[in-house]
Amino acid sequence: MKKAKKYKFDYAVIVAFAVFVIYSYATGYAPGIKIARDNFWGFLKEMIVLLPVMFVLVGLFDVWVSKEKVQKYIGKASGIRGVLLVMMLGFLQAGPIYAAYPVAYILWKKGTPATNVFIYLSSVSILQVPVIAFEVGFLGFKFFILRILLSFPVFIILGFILGNYFDKKGYKFKKV
Amino acid sequence: MSFIVIAAIAITIISFLTDKKKTVEGIKKGMMMFLKILPVLMSVMILVSVILYFVSGETLMKYLGKDAGIGAYIFAAVIGAVSIIPSFIAYPLAGVLVKTGVSYGVISVFINTLKMVGMLTIPIEAKFLGYKISILRNLLAFIGALIVGGLMALIYSMT
Repeated sequence: MKKAKKYKFDYAVIVAFAVFVIYSYATGYAPGIKIARDNFWGFLKEMIVLLPVMFVLVGLFDVWVSKEKVQKYIGKASGIRGVLLVMMLGFLQAGPIYAAYPVAYILWKKGTPATNVFIYLSSVSILQVPVIAFEVGFLGFKFFILRILLSFPVFIILGFILGNYFDKKGYKFKKV
Repeated sequence: MSFIVIAAIAITIISFLTDKKKTVEGIKKGMMMFLKILPVLMSVMILVSVILYFVSGETLMKYLGKDAGIGAYIFAAVIGAVSIIPSFIAYPLAGVLVKTGVSYGVISVFINTLKMVGMLTIPIEAKFLGYKISILRNLLAFIGALIVGGLMALIYSMT
């Protein structure tokens, strides 16, 4: 039961909260009812429809555009196509940015230009398909679209600046 | 919200008509991911709900609200730059901040620095890029996040 152990803390929180809510409603404890109805239910009702739908999209994206497939095309690709491919690879990544460095190293070793490697690193941070649901759910579609549209130009320029500097100085990506 | 649901249904139908097997596999994969994060998501929302009850709006506003001016952006940027928070905790938190009155510009700075800048993970990054490039990348990303935040604020103030 490795799985259950992993969620031990979460289950404990959920059970404790359930007991707390039932107690609050049974005794009419106002702060408890406020936390449950205004705060918790307020968040939950936004997520309960949206999240499963978003995860279906993530799953479909995953089977149609797999990371391996994208990676295969990147090495030789250049120009705008190369940029689009590294961005797509970035979107598929989940987790913190430092988890992307090993991938960045492999890309560079396979002949991806340094600018594209930095654009990849930016893409990983800007938009990850698996967390879109969270951003849209909690901050709204307008915020999400605006942040993406504004972040991309800024961080792609950043990728170009860093990549050019990197090449000019003759730096190398290192394998750990 | 409904836009996404409609778009998702349309995409699923198109996918299904193109390749039944792949679509079923994709839906299964997605649902598995959803079930995997569900317990964590629930407990995070519970904790955020409880914390929100105790942390007063005034305390938050003092540092991140309109009265803090540009200071709010810097403060959000520094918090984002030094913290390591997973996205599925950061977004509920950001959602709460917005509801308490923090502006979307400030929130975008927090989200972008959280994602792009990692002061504490520079040593890890430096193993791949070297210290000079890592520090330069983090510095540029920090400035970039503030620029995006300023533009966000500008657009929100116009609409």
